[in-house]
Amino acid sequence: MTTSANNITNLSHQPPAPTASGSREPLMPLSCARPGETVEMVTCRGGLGLQRRLAEMGLGAGSRFVVETSGRQGPCVIVVKGARLILGHGMVGRLFVRRGA
Amino acid sequence: MNKGIAMYPTSLPAKPKTFRIALAGNPNAGKTTIFNALTGGRQHVGNYPGVTVEKKEGVANFGGTTFTVVDLPGTYSLSAGSLEEIVTRDFLLAEQPDVVVDIVDASNLERHLYLAVQLMELGVPLVLALNMSDVARAKGFRINHTKLAKLLGVPVVPTEGHTGRGIPELLQAVAEVCQKLDSQSLSTRQVDYGHEVEPHVEQLTAAIRRRGAGSEHARWHALQLLAGDGLTGHDDDVNREAARLRAHIERISGADIGIVLTDARYGFIAGACAKAVSQVETAETRLSRSERMDRVVLNRWLGLPIFAVLMYALFYLTFALAAPLTKGLEMLFGQIGGFVSSWWPVGSRSLLKSLLVDGIGGGVGSVLVFLPNILLLFLAIALLEDTGYMARAVFITDRWMHKIGLHGKSFIPMLIGFGCTVPAIMATRTLETRRDRLTTILVLPLMSCGARLLIYALFIPAFFPPAWQAPVLWLLYIIGIALAVGLAKLLRVTLFAGEPVPFVMELPPYRLPTWRGLLQHMGERGWLFVRKAGTIILGFAIVLWALSVWPRTDRPEQQLEHSAIGRIGKGIAPVFQPLGFDWKVSTSLLSAFAAKELFVAQMGIVHRVAATEETSATLRAKLQAAYTPLQGFCIMLFCLIGMPCLATVAVTKQETGSWKWVALQWGGLTVLAWTITALVYQFGKLVTG
Repeated sequence: MTTSANNITNLSHQPPAPTASGSREPLMPLSCARPGETVEMVTCRGGLGLQRRLAEMGLGAGSRFVVETSGRQGPCVIVVKGARLILGHGMVGRLFVRRGA
Repeated sequence: MNKGIAMYPTSLPAKPKTFRIALAGNPNAGKTTIFNALTGGRQHVGNYPGVTVEKKEGVANFGGTTFTVVDLPGTYSLSAGSLEEIVTRDFLLAEQPDVVVDIVDASNLERHLYLAVQLMELGVPLVLALNMSDVARAKGFRINHTKLAKLLGVPVVPTEGHTGRGIPELLQAVAEVCQKLDSQSLSTRQVDYGHEVEPHVEQLTAAIRRRGAGSEHARWHALQLLAGDGLTGHDDDVNREAARLRAHIERISGADIGIVLTDARYGFIAGACAKAVSQVETAETRLSRSERMDRVVLNRWLGLPIFAVLMYALFYLTFALAAPLTKGLEMLFGQIGGFVSSWWPVGSRSLLKSLLVDGIGGGVGSVLVFLPNILLLFLAIALLEDTGYMARAVFITDRWMHKIGLHGKSFIPMLIGFGCTVPAIMATRTLETRRDRLTTILVLPLMSCGARLLIYALFIPAFFPPAWQAPVLWLLYIIGIALAVGLAKLLRVTLFAGEPVPFVMELPPYRLPTWRGLLQHMGERGWLFVRKAGTIILGFAIVLWALSVWPRTDRPEQQLEHSAIGRIGKGIAPVFQPLGFDWKVSTSLLSAFAAKELFVAQMGIVHRVAATEETSATLRAKLQAAYTPLQGFCIMLFCLIGMPCLATVAVTKQETGSWKWVALQWGGLTVLAWTITALVYQFGKLVTG
């Protein structure tokens, strides 16, 4: 596939260190979110192909979604832009989000 | 593609009376119901050129105009991420349908409009069908269609595919767009990518227009080139310019340009939705029925037991309901065989009789007898898919599928594999990465398919007491699954090493399936099986028959040993000797390569039992006399693991595009089968003395 070259972890998209700046909530992996919580997507650790795919599914940086089920490893279900998505095993540890309504 | 009508609108002769419309849309948008409502369900099924994605075509009539309707594959976008997306994109660019109807789930507008925006960028004449508008209303969405149409610059028609409401209005809107086609008055709005990006998009658009290649869809080409989305056919200057602009934009925005563009499109959509859609509180706004059901179905503790019960019910019902039908078919074919035989005097050695009864009847008949099992399994799978449970099964199985380096999405092809490996391999198309897809395809033949059940059905009662029969059958299936798991794991640490790419997948709402949808889904996969029986198996049945009657000898009881296939079978028999197989088995294994089902028919022939009569009992008696239970088990084991059938070889070549993978699959599995069977036989011989 054309994206295979992009599947190497992209260093420029490593999450910034989770230091709370000002009043903003700290960054956390999605695995730490509780069911029912609304969170804001900040970044995703993964290849460019994956990041673009997520953006196309409505999970771009800054998009907000509700965590329906969660777990330490996943899979989990989230609700984004009215649609429910399954995030496969391993994804919850790659998505970094910020709490906040 | 540069000869499209759009370039020379004035040179067109009188307006043609037939227009081509293409249906696009996300998966789960209800595209199939709209297609059926438009065309009355009469469809012609073919393939897109060069690939095996199915292409459905039908005809719709409206006000004296005829429309050819092409159903495009369901896609979320037009980027080149999956086979479906590439097919859709190439079809729109190369075949230039007169109008594209984008079918959008009105209850899920924001996400579904993403494809619409890309279609707008492509510059195709577009009509939006807001499907499932009843569901949207129930969810509390109030959509101002006129406003939305104005904001997007395309006609918007609310529809309800399942009741047919809105279909005449949709055709009316399509007809109106067709009337305006040559006036070039496309008023489609475009996404404004903002002051940092937009000027560069325009710059590149202008450059493409000057060069000619892709100038009809210049803006779209510009956006794809900027995103580096694998477009070819542009000259070096344009490509260099695109690369320069991409680097520039990524430097100032500090993000990947693909994501920048995607975010801008979603921003545009959010703006339009904010103006045209309002939401009122209804009973369903808080927690949809699907969400309530998933509280139970996806529950950490209940999910797995529910899944296990459903899978058990699936297989139990498939085999319990099929049994009487299979019996009926067996009797029918037996009678046909008897009837055909009666044209000749008893004991006749007519070649024609032998061809009809032994060759075609024995070969194809023994395969078609199995049709009820396959169709019922596919019906049950269609039921799981159409109700929406399959996506839940993906969720539930993902937890352990990842342990073997695959993910839950590979579960669906594997389930289909218990019916027939051919549609199962085709079902791997939903897997996004090539590594996942190849791993799944390579191990799929280990899912014991319906044809192999036929072999077990013959052998198990012959060699095992009734109390042992079910456990032995169960053991064979488990061996297949365990080997698939082991091999998948092995492939993921060797050939396809690397961290598995996690998947994102939409969880569709639960739906009540329609009979029509179920039958369509069952029919599509069942047809692949019937076609196999009608082509590959028929052809090979005749070839095998010919090999077994030539060269001829005067003594009928020695015909087979004397024949070509008997000689080949004897020639390769030493290879199978460590496995406990005699030349009769190795001869039959040659047939099993054409199709596993033929193994049974061929065993019947080599043991001189006419295949079309009520023969299972007689053949079983002969097998009992000829082999030990250990040999019987080893034969089943080898058939389970080794020598994927010809149809599997063909579909693997077609789907992977390379003989390399076919060779690896076929050779690997056969070597594995030989090794395991030899070990079992030799060890078993020691134990049993």
